[in-house]
Amino acid sequence: MTVFLIRRLLQSVAVLFVMSLIVFAGVYAIGNPVDILISPEADQGERERAIRALGLDLPLHQQYLVFLRKAVTGNLGESFVFSEPALGLILKRMPATLELALAAMVLAVVVGIPLGMWTGLYPGAPSSRTIMVGSILGFSLPTFWVGLMLIMVFAVMLGWLPSTGRGQTGTVLGVTSSIFTVDGLRHLVLPAFNLALFRIALIIRLTRAGVRETLLQDFVKYARAKGLRERRVIFVHVLKNILIPVLTVLGLELGGVIAFAVVTETIFAWPGMGKLLVDSFNHLDRPVIVAYLLLMVCMFIAINFLVDALYSVLDPRVRIVTRGT
Amino acid sequence: MRVSGEIAIAPAVVAAEGESPFRRLVADFCESRLAVVGLVLFAAVAAVAILAPLVSPQNPYDLRQLNLLEGKQPPGSPSMAGFRFWLGSDDQGRDILSGIFYGLRISLGVGILSALIAFGIGILAGLTAAYFGGLLDSLIMRVVDIQLSFPAILIALILLAVLGQGVDKIIVALVTVQWAYYARTVRSSALVERHKEYVEAAHCLALSRGRILFRHLLPNCLPPVIVVVTVQVAHAIALEATLSFLGIGLPITSPSLGLLIANGFRYLLSGTYWISFFPGIALLIAIVAINLVGDQLRDVLNPRLQK
Repeated sequence: MTVFLIRRLLQSVAVLFVMSLIVFAGVYAIGNPVDILISPEADQGERERAIRALGLDLPLHQQYLVFLRKAVTGNLGESFVFSEPALGLILKRMPATLELALAAMVLAVVVGIPLGMWTGLYPGAPSSRTIMVGSILGFSLPTFWVGLMLIMVFAVMLGWLPSTGRGQTGTVLGVTSSIFTVDGLRHLVLPAFNLALFRIALIIRLTRAGVRETLLQDFVKYARAKGLRERRVIFVHVLKNILIPVLTVLGLELGGVIAFAVVTETIFAWPGMGKLLVDSFNHLDRPVIVAYLLLMVCMFIAINFLVDALYSVLDPRVRIVTRGT
Repeated sequence: MRVSGEIAIAPAVVAAEGESPFRRLVADFCESRLAVVGLVLFAAVAAVAILAPLVSPQNPYDLRQLNLLEGKQPPGSPSMAGFRFWLGSDDQGRDILSGIFYGLRISLGVGILSALIAFGIGILAGLTAAYFGGLLDSLIMRVVDIQLSFPAILIALILLAVLGQGVDKIIVALVTVQWAYYARTVRSSALVERHKEYVEAAHCLALSRGRILFRHLLPNCLPPVIVVVTVQVAHAIALEATLSFLGIGLPITSPSLGLLIANGFRYLLSGTYWISFFPGIALLIAIVAINLVGDQLRDVLNPRLQK
């Protein structure tokens, strides 16, 4: 167990190292770092000072060490546009993105699991067929286009919900979030649904497959033979068993939701770090882009490590397999 | 080519059944009406993409044919040049239908090209990993595992940040995102095939390594990979559209469907819906058609479901 975790941790560090090399190579070696890290408006004197300050006159391997040392201490350069440290700028936008991502995950679970159970229990019913066709659409529809259509229908045509921006935020128990005010919730609904749509489709399919498989198993037959009420069989015995794979996928999807928030945030003008990234691309604000990407890579490595670690705690088979190879 | 190859492999079977495996494949495929609809739709989409200059009422990128006064015309309104804006016109007076036909060319072209290149690289990596095993295998598969643990859009963003914009760059990004899926699929089926008797026989005949790999092992690993190709082409098209929509994919000189939709986004709030709506529908039709075909191919090519 400990050996597994240590090995896994070492692998994470290795991946992080490789990723830092790739980003470094991308920024410092392939592109011209002077163009990338120094604002194009700088004059000759500023340029030379910046080149010296950034250590761009050093040999490449020394530059990498400087880059690494700065990255470890959280110094990822300064934004050209905002003249603020890039990392701080991103961290300031992070709560909005996390709020959107969590809202989308909650929506995916609340909508996806009941619909998936329904289609699993009554696979032949017309309502189930409709849900399954809907889930195919949920997979095929490009997220950004769905977002546009949501704005078109609910904001422009019906005028029910606001089209863009984050609403008022409220603070409860020290947590500031837009779910505590009505205005905030109204702003949150469309982007959260947009981001959740793909995951809803995914969870419907997973839950349906799980229910259909579990219903055939002996312990369900036994529970029924024991004379348990159908409600108890389904909501206790079946549900518990399908939750493990669903929760695993959800854990892995959390990262995907945060990454795909880039699209949703751009459409709904949600002031999160994804929108910051796209704006930075448009303004060629490269320090922010580099900082965002490095931060995301770190986050993914952490998420993957946590999921693997949790898995080895929950499922002993994983440990045995890794020892075997 | 495919037909003759399979007849040559199994002439006895063909003689006994009176039909070639390819024909049986076609018959199996046609069993699902939905899949046939998908194939027909895809053929139609591909046809208008290829024939865009012939079937479009207007060349939307020939400035002489555009008239700014005809901007943002609703669907069905007549144009001064004599044709109808069946799907409306955009802010520059471009016919949306023509824009879609030309956009499909770029979207399908980029999607299919990147899938094919990734297919080639993935096959090479997967076969190498399965055939040689050992350190090479674990090295390649470790890279695949790590790459697949990141979402495709993040990897594409990293690459585009490093490389910059352009058609060639987005193809590089799409290939990098996709190759790992092919490598993993090819490796897993090649691992099974490698120990079969025909490979052993080929070894005994002292055939060269390349010949065994590409003439014997590869054709038998292909069926599951073909399914992956369809899914990946759909993915690539959707991802390219997403990146282009965000303004970090294709440049404006290559107006794919994603760029058309992005262009209409500005006018959406004023109720001018058709500039974004119809290109999105075209994108949807292309993706759903490919997915329908892929779904049926998966069933047809799955040996466990074969009658």
